Amino acid sequence: MTNRKILAEFPYELKPVEKGYNRRTLYINLSTKDIKSRPVSDLMIDKFVGGKGFDLYLMWHAVKDTTRWNDPENEICISFGPLCGNTNYPGSGKSIVTTISPLTDIPVDCNVGGHFGPYAKFSGWDAIEIQGKSDEEIIIYIDGDKGIVQILSAPDEEINSHILAEKLIAEFADNPNSYQYVSVVSSGKAADYVPISCLNFSFWDKRRKVARLKQAGRGGTGMVFRDKRIKALVVKYSGLKGDTNHPVDLETLQKTGLKVHKEIEELDDQQNRMRQVGTAHLVEIMNDYDLLPIKNFKYGQMEEAKGLASWEFKKLFTQGLPDGCWFGCSMSCCKAVDGFIPRTGPYKGQKVTVDGPEYETVGGCGSNLCIWNPRDVVELNFYCDTYGIDTISFGTSCAFAMECYEYGILNKERTGGLDLSWGNADSVFELIHQMGRGEGFGVIVGQGVHKMKEIFAREYGADPKLLQDIGMEAKGLEYSQYMSKESLAQQGGYTLALKGPQHDEAWLIFMDMVNNQIPTFEDKAEALHYFPMFRTWFGLQGLCKLPWNDIEPANNAETDEPAKVPEHVQNYVDIYTAITGKPLDKDELIRQSERVYNFQKVFCLRMGKGRRIDDIPPYRAVGPVTEEEYLSRQERYDKLLKEKQGIDPEGKSTQEKMALLRAYREDQYQQLVDAVYKRKGWTKEGIPTIEHLKSLGMDLPEVVEVVKRFL
Amino acid sequence: MKKFLNTYDEDCIACHACETICARTYFKVDDLERSRIRIEEQEKSAHIVTCNQCETCVKVCPTLALTVNAQGVVLLNNRLCVGCYMCIAACPNESMFRYLGGIIPIKCIACGLCLDSCPTEAIRIEEKKENEK
Repeated sequence: MTNRKILAEFPYELKPVEKGYNRRTLYINLSTKDIKSRPVSDLMIDKFVGGKGFDLYLMWHAVKDTTRWNDPENEICISFGPLCGNTNYPGSGKSIVTTISPLTDIPVDCNVGGHFGPYAKFSGWDAIEIQGKSDEEIIIYIDGDKGIVQILSAPDEEINSHILAEKLIAEFADNPNSYQYVSVVSSGKAADYVPISCLNFSFWDKRRKVARLKQAGRGGTGMVFRDKRIKALVVKYSGLKGDTNHPVDLETLQKTGLKVHKEIEELDDQQNRMRQVGTAHLVEIMNDYDLLPIKNFKYGQMEEAKGLASWEFKKLFTQGLPDGCWFGCSMSCCKAVDGFIPRTGPYKGQKVTVDGPEYETVGGCGSNLCIWNPRDVVELNFYCDTYGIDTISFGTSCAFAMECYEYGILNKERTGGLDLSWGNADSVFELIHQMGRGEGFGVIVGQGVHKMKEIFAREYGADPKLLQDIGMEAKGLEYSQYMSKESLAQQGGYTLALKGPQHDEAWLIFMDMVNNQIPTFEDKAEALHYFPMFRTWFGLQGLCKLPWNDIEPANNAETDEPAKVPEHVQNYVDIYTAITGKPLDKDELIRQSERVYNFQKVFCLRMGKGRRIDDIPPYRAVGPVTEEEYLSRQERYDKLLKEKQGIDPEGKSTQEKMALLRAYREDQYQQLVDAVYKRKGWTKEGIPTIEHLKSLGMDLPEVVEVVKRFL
Repeated sequence: MKKFLNTYDEDCIACHACETICARTYFKVDDLERSRIRIEEQEKSAHIVTCNQCETCVKVCPTLALTVNAQGVVLLNNRLCVGCYMCIAACPNESMFRYLGGIIPIKCIACGLCLDSCPTEAIRIEEKKENEK
């Protein structure tokens, strides 16, 4: 290892994982260079399960009520969950990253693929907790073959991920035939300057002979990582076998996994074509249903969007490879564009492999900005990843800036000469490169929508009410790329999500809008209870959500509750018991999530958010802000006025009709919030009641103490 | 040319001698679940299931544990296999097998030992062109 000093070293005893757990976590303090092993208690397993639950438990005890993202006591926690790392069931290689977010000031959690999580777990750790700040650039190295953790100096390397990951893999692997046993977590240059930043988790692609990158995207994890002066986390583990997780019932695990492999083999080509195009299959569906975000979520459909349809990306994605981000994921959805040559920026003209783009990136970096050339979307995807930028927040932030440019709030003088008209890809490239260089207007856009609203009102005299209406953020986090305007349930799905508006808690648009399966407030509230709890469970276990409902058994439509995919729910119950030996049923599965979910809710309250006023969406997420939006769906909105409000739209001006519709929709949203809080066991102000916490077994003294402040 | 085990169901009398010799050779047991060739008994006939070296499994293996040797035979490198069974699901003629307690899958490597045990010549080592399925 050239030019590296060992700043701290911690040898530890290697022990096999038992029933999915190591029963110890790794604590690293970068200020003191202290490295410790900490035991996992029965309470942690019983109440917090693993994954996000462990992360939040560790963070709760590490931070103060006043801790902000750049305080030394803030942590980056990465945990894996008891089911993580099994090679039998598709989608079992996820890590969950948490930190106090620079965008929201509350805990953010990201579910990310790549090999780091399973390898770190099999190296001996149920979670990694990184606290403090280094006074020099460092790498944290976990050698899971020898049982050593080191903090190493890192003075020389490139920071951008596509270069750094490959360099470190080559450095730490025993030889070129062993690259697949090393995984790297890194960010990129932009994370030094902008909070809309992410972390990249690598896996070595043996066929392409490149490091592939999966993102812990939301909430600014990259900026916390770089603020601690971490260049990378590196893990090496070469002992992986089909039973390394030491399940109690390997037979059931193997048979259940094989059943889903066969479903994917037989049905994926007819269902979602995840193996061909990944989540990009959603682009044309969203456009067909008027749900694809266009021009900062103003519109949901445009003829030009066909230029970003999955068949266009299929031409770019290399076909026929087992593109799983962990071994055994036959869903193989992490597609890649090989031999891509960027036309801009520092890597212009160099051949690179680009991961994705996935649906959210196509929406964020494509349709929402009116960029219709798939190659431009691929290039923005590449630079987002390597600079350590979240494609979702990047897209929503750029879309907001472009709309402000359209209204004259911004102009060339204020953007440093950039023409931010819709569809101007060259300007968007310049914004991203400015983020990478830490200069120019790009750094302002990179602060995210919440900060931009403050800056544009303060510096340019923009109308704060308009900025609030069109700024697609809540709690400080940018919305991900679905139109929720016409789906009340999805407005709740987004805006009530604990970490901020991300679709990973609930995606109810089709159930609500298209299939009309949840017509009443109570139906919607039940869906907004069940699905966030069910989806939370993946983050406790180290699993991916996609193999739950992006493939469905052939007879799923004939079941009582097809939206839940009952056979797959049972699969998860079965593999949990097969690995851990603990009994579980579908109701206890939900209760496992409820405990952690309510803990996270109280954690948000403790850090200063999580109240009812934090659950208010911008009006763009609820209804038409501008006349042009109203007129684009005039027939729909006029009909709603007549049928739902009993108001004859004839003779009324568009402005009058907009005001009436707004009053109705905002009232509907508040009624929904009432129903959801009640179903979740919370007060009208969104505070979990002591009785509810008791019923869940989560009336821990430290939790009750915080809740009492709000009751 | 590829070497592979060709099968003639019409000649099979379902005596299971091939399975016995295979399991004994590779696992030293009489458990037919450990055989890399399987005889499925049907009402009036039998079906011999074994690998035809089509290489579909090679394409789906995430660790490159499955490779093709100079004779065109698909071989599994036990050291690289992580037991995910994606190959079992992808196999078009269901001739990649698992067994109770096993971690890695098993498949026919066209060794030919079963040929001698077959009383009716229902199994024969033959050759086919590279791209022939």
